[in-house]
Amino acid sequence: MTRLSTLAALLLGLSTTSQSLAADIKIGEINSYSGLPAFTEPYRKGWQMAVDEINAAGGIRGDTLVVISRDDNGKPGDAITAANELVAREGVVMLTGSFFSNVGLALGDFARQKKVFYLAGEPLTDAMVWSKGNDYTFRLRPSNYVQAAMLAEEAAKLPAKRWATIAPNYEYGQSAVAVFKELLKKARPDVEFVGEQWPPQGKIDAGSVAQAVEATKPDAILNVTFGADLVKLVREGTTRGLFRDRAVVSFLTGEPEYLDPLQADAPQGWIVTGYPWYGIDTPAHKAFLDAYKARYNDYPRLGSIVGYALVKSAAAILTKAKSTDTADLIAAARGIAVDTPFGPITFRAADHQSTLGAFVGKTAVRDGKGVMVDFTYRSGNDVLPAEADAAKLRP
Amino acid sequence: MSVELYVVQFLTGLANAASLFLVACGLSLIFGVTRIVNFAHGAFYMLGAYLAYSLTIRWQTPVGFWLALLVAAAIVAVLGAVIEILLLRRLYRAPELLQLLATFGLTLMAEDAVRLIWGPEDLVGPRAAGLSGAMTVLGRPMPVYDFVLILLGPAVLGLLWLLLHRSRWGLLIRAATEDRDMVGALGVNQTWLFTGVFALGVFLAAFGGGLQIPRDAVSHVMDLSIITEVFVVVVIGGLGSLTGAFLAAIIVAELNAFGILILPGISLVLTFLIMALVLVLRPFGLLGKPLAQSRTLSHRIHGAWQPLGGVGRSAALAILICAALLPLVLGEYGLGVASEVLIAVIFAASLQFLMSVAGLDSFGHAAGLGLGAYGAALSVQHFGLSMEAALLIGPLASALFAAIAGWFCVRLSSIYFAMLTLAFAQIVWSIAFQWVEVTGGDNGIVGVWPSAWASGATAYYWLTLGCTTAVVLLTRHLTFSPFGYALRALRDSPLRAAAIGISRQPVQHAAFVISAFLAGLAGVLFAFLKGSVFPDTLGIGTSVDGLIMVLLGGFGTVSGSVAGAIVYKMASIWLISNTDFPRLILGGLIVLLVLVFPLGIVGTLQQALAGRLLAGNASVRGRT
Repeated sequence: MTRLSTLAALLLGLSTTSQSLAADIKIGEINSYSGLPAFTEPYRKGWQMAVDEINAAGGIRGDTLVVISRDDNGKPGDAITAANELVAREGVVMLTGSFFSNVGLALGDFARQKKVFYLAGEPLTDAMVWSKGNDYTFRLRPSNYVQAAMLAEEAAKLPAKRWATIAPNYEYGQSAVAVFKELLKKARPDVEFVGEQWPPQGKIDAGSVAQAVEATKPDAILNVTFGADLVKLVREGTTRGLFRDRAVVSFLTGEPEYLDPLQADAPQGWIVTGYPWYGIDTPAHKAFLDAYKARYNDYPRLGSIVGYALVKSAAAILTKAKSTDTADLIAAARGIAVDTPFGPITFRAADHQSTLGAFVGKTAVRDGKGVMVDFTYRSGNDVLPAEADAAKLRP
Repeated sequence: MSVELYVVQFLTGLANAASLFLVACGLSLIFGVTRIVNFAHGAFYMLGAYLAYSLTIRWQTPVGFWLALLVAAAIVAVLGAVIEILLLRRLYRAPELLQLLATFGLTLMAEDAVRLIWGPEDLVGPRAAGLSGAMTVLGRPMPVYDFVLILLGPAVLGLLWLLLHRSRWGLLIRAATEDRDMVGALGVNQTWLFTGVFALGVFLAAFGGGLQIPRDAVSHVMDLSIITEVFVVVVIGGLGSLTGAFLAAIIVAELNAFGILILPGISLVLTFLIMALVLVLRPFGLLGKPLAQSRTLSHRIHGAWQPLGGVGRSAALAILICAALLPLVLGEYGLGVASEVLIAVIFAASLQFLMSVAGLDSFGHAAGLGLGAYGAALSVQHFGLSMEAALLIGPLASALFAAIAGWFCVRLSSIYFAMLTLAFAQIVWSIAFQWVEVTGGDNGIVGVWPSAWASGATAYYWLTLGCTTAVVLLTRHLTFSPFGYALRALRDSPLRAAAIGISRQPVQHAAFVISAFLAGLAGVLFAFLKGSVFPDTLGIGTSVDGLIMVLLGGFGTVSGSVAGAIVYKMASIWLISNTDFPRLILGGLIVLLVLVFPLGIVGTLQQALAGRLLAGNASVRGRT
C-alpha cells in the first residue's frame, strides 16, 4: 500500500501544472548544469542577463519573456525527459540550449518528431545542421567545421609539412580532425599527416601520448583536447620538449574556460580559436562586458556569450514571428539578423546555422596568465560553405 | 622507431603504473579485510587532490609540497575513519553489496560538495617545487617527477609489506584477510581493526590524489575517471593481493603506453580487454586466492520465499488496476515519466532475477539494456523494420550476446563474476562508441520513434505497462518454478546442489540469458520512448543505476526492485528537474535509506510485517 500511495503522490505531483501569468512568453532551456558547471555557470549568467535586458526594454512586444531552465544530467535520455516536461507541462513555445553534441542531436530529433522549435546553443557537431539537420532545429555556435576551417586557413600559412594530430576519441574529436585534414590538404597538397593519437576523453595518458607524437617527428601538431586533458598534455608535452620548435594549432584553447585554469602553464605561440574578452574593443562587446562585470563582479567566459546571444536570438525570433506557432517561428528564424556582443549575425535560411564567428589568434602568457594575442574576429560567413552548397548537405 | 623511444615509453608507463598502484593498493587492502566494495575510493582520491591543491598553492617549497600531500591525505583519512564509524560499521552484517550502495551515495555527495567548496572550474595546482624540470634519458627529456613516482611505487609497496609482515597490526590484517571470523573468535577487536584498515586505505587514495597535482587538473569528475580503472587493476591483480595490484598496475600501464604506439584508439577499452582475458584464464586474478565465504554473513535472513498469498495477489492486482488507470489523471509529461519509471522497473526486475534468485551479482547489466536498444535502433534504421519487430529483435540481440559472454562469466563467482560482466559491458560500450559508421558513435542513432498506434503518450504507457507486468509475472513465475528452485539451491549451497545433481553452469547460464533478454526488452522500450539511442545506455552509469534499484528495493526479496526502481527513478527525475545540486541530495538520500532500510524498502517492510505477525501469532514461528 505504501508503494502505491508514494507512487500516486509523486505522479500527482508531476501532473500539476505550475501557475503562470497570462502575458508570459515561456521558452524552455536545457543544459548540463550539474555535470558541466565550468561552462554552464557563466552560461546561465549570460542568459539571465539577456532576459532581464529584454524585459527591461519592454519584453516581447509587451509580453514578459520567461526562461524555464532544466538540467539534462549530461545524458541525451534525460534531456528528452526534460524537453517533454517543458513542452507538455510548462507549455513553452520553443526549446533552447544544450552543450553536448549528442544531447543536441537528440533534442533536434525530438523537435522534429514533436514539431517544436529548437534553438541549439553550444553543440558543435556538423550533423546538427547538415547530415541530421531538420526544419525545426537552428544552431547558434560556430560549428566544428567553422573552427576547423579557420584553423586550417592559418595552418596552411605555416611552412610545416608533417602534421600529427591529438584528439579525444569521440565524434567531436574525430570530425574535427577529419575536417581539418580535408581542408588543409585542399589548401596545401604537399602536407602529410604522419601520426594520430586518440586518447579517451578525460583519461589522456599524456606522457605516453606526448612521447608517441614526438616519435613521429612532426613539424606541427593539431590538438583537439580540452579541459583536464589539455592541462595534462600541455604539462607533459612542455616538460618533454614536444612543443619546442613546433607549430601547434589547437581547437578552442583560447576560450577562457580552457585557457584560464592553465595560468602560467599556458602554452605560448599556439594558434587557437577562442574568446579574448580582455582585448575586444567593439562598442557592442564593450557594452556587454561592462554590463556583465557590473552585474556579476566577474569577467565573462565564452559560455556567457553563448547564453546571452542565445536568448537574444530567441527573443528576436519571437519578436519577429507573427505568432508563437512553430511554423511562424521557423519562418521568422530563417535569415533573421540578431545583434550579439560579437557583432551582427544572421541565421542562414538554407541550413539554419548562424554566422556567429570566433576569434583566431595566438596564445601568450601575460602576468602569469594565458591570453590570446594578435587575434582577429572571423565571422562564420567567411568560412561556411555557400548556402546553396550547405543546403545539399541536408537530408 | 628507435630503442630510445621504447625505453622512455617504458619509463613513462612505470610512472603511470605507480600512480595507479598507489590508489589501487588502498582499495585492495580495504576489500581484503572488510569485504567492502568501496565505490567511494575515487571520491577520497578526489578529495585528497582538492585538499592538496589548496595546501600546495600556499606552501610552494620542496618540503611544503610533500607536507601538503601528507597533511591532505591525513585529513581525508580522518574523514574516512569517521565515515566508517558512522556509516559503514552499521552495514557489515547487511547484504554485501549494500556497502557498494552506501559508498556510491557518498561519491555522489562528494561530487557536488567539491563543487560547492572549490567552485566549478578545473583547478591546476603548482608543479612540485624542485622537481618540475626534465631529465634526459637517452637523449629524450623525461619529467623528473615521473622518476619520483617510479621510485614511490615500490617504496610504498615495500612499506606496506613491512607493515603487514613485521608488525602485530599487520599480522591481524593478514589474518582477517584470510579468515575474519576466526580472528574475531580469537578475541581481536575487529571493529577498530576495520576502522584502521579503512583509514589507511583512504589515506593511500588521498595521497595518490595529491600526487596528481603536478600532472593533472583537479576537477569534480576525477573520482569516476579513476575508480573503474583502479577496480580493474585490483581485480586483475587478485583481490586483497598487494603484489598482484602492483603487477597489474604495471601490466595495464605498460600495455597502454605501448598500445597507443601501435593502435592509438585502443586506450579506450584496453584495460577491460586485459581484465576479460585475465579473468577468463585465471578466475581469481593473477595472484588472488579463492574468496573465503564469510560464515557470519547471512544474506537472506528470511525463510524461503513464498509465492504471494491471496491478500498479496489482490493487492498486486489493485496496484496494477490503479497503474492502468493513471492516464485518467496524468498529462503527456506525467505519462512519459511513468513510462520511463516502468522501463526502469523492467530493467531492475531483470537484474534482480539474476542477483537475488540466481545469486549472480552483475556489474554489466547495462549491456543487456543497451544491446536491446541498439538492436532495435539498428533494425529500424538500417533494415527499416517496424517497432513490433524491433520489440523482439532487441531482446534477442541481448540474449545472443549474453549466451556468448555468459559462457565465460558463469565460470567465475562473486566479485570476479561481477567484474567480468563489467568488462564485457565495457567492451560492447566501446564498440558502440567507436564503430561510428554503424552505431553513429557518440552521436548515437536518432529517429527511432514508435509505430503510429503507439506514438501517443497513453498508448505507449499501456504498452510499457503490459510489458512490465509480463516481465514481473514471468520472473516471479520462474522464481517459483523448478528452474527457480535449482537456481536458489545453487545460490545457497553449491555443494549440496551439486550433490543432488544440479549442474551449476548450464542452469546459471540460462538465467543469465533470460535476464539479458528481459533487460533487452527494457532497452527497446527505452529507445522508442526517447526516439534515440546513445552509448551511455551501455555505460557503467546504467549498470550502477540497476544495482541501486535492486538494493534499494531489497536484495533479499523476489520483486522488491519494483519499489526500488519506482522510488529511485522518480527521485532522480524530480531532483534533476528541481534542484541545482541533485547529486548531493540524491547521494544523501541513498545513504539515509541504506541506514534506515538496510534490507531495502520492501525487505524492511516484510521484516516489520513478519515481526508483527510473530508477536501476534506464535504458531508462525514454526515456519521461519
